[in-house]
Amino acid sequence: MTFEHFAIGVGITLLLLMIPAMLRIVNGPTALDRIVAVNVIGTKTAVLLVVIGVVFKQVGMFVDFALAYALLNFTGSIAAARYLHRAAQRGGDAPSGEEAD
Amino acid sequence: MILTILSIVLILSGLVFFLGAAVGLMRFPDFYSRMHAAGKGDTLSTLLVISGFALYQLRDIHDLSHDWPVLLVVLKLLAIVVFIYLTSPTSTSALADAGWEDGIDPVIEPGRENHLEDDCHRTPPSSPQP
Repeated sequence: MTFEHFAIGVGITLLLLMIPAMLRIVNGPTALDRIVAVNVIGTKTAVLLVVIGVVFKQVGMFVDFALAYALLNFTGSIAAARYLHRAAQRGGDAPSGEEAD
Repeated sequence: MILTILSIVLILSGLVFFLGAAVGLMRFPDFYSRMHAAGKGDTLSTLLVISGFALYQLRDIHDLSHDWPVLLVVLKLLAIVVFIYLTSPTSTSALADAGWEDGIDPVIEPGRENHLEDDCHRTPPSSPQP
């Protein structure tokens, strides 16, 4: 058993453990639950890209994909959080910290 | 050989932490505890798994003047580790803040008070429109 077989097993385990997060996306009660689960799946996809690179013996190429994917995932999650923050502020009163200006 | 065993141990412990994150994301009762499980377990498991693979890549370096692309790959993997270490708690904090402002209430045991309500001065979710 080589390390590549072990890496294939790690990838399959990661995919199987993404299923609970996927169920949380499907029946999350709030939108933020879904965003958290999407964030978890995105981070694990970056790990999975490194695993794919190890399996195909091309880590030098796939590590760049993983870095770009982690960056995009962070940007998307921050954008969603800011958007919902603004939506909550528009819906109700302004929070006490920002009333002074 | 010792590097391979060490990297396998790191990767397997990372998978154990990701199992904890998945179970917590599935079974915890409210939004904040689910976010707690997802944020912590996800960050630590990602760090451990990618560090394990970086340690395994380090095995291929024999002569540094000839094997420097492998060292570059290891440095890129460590860059991913540092990046996830910085950004994953940041996005978790931003999402928890958005959830609090959005009016998601934590599940609190009956008979206990929500002291967070006193500390944070949130606008109540059912406040009338101005």
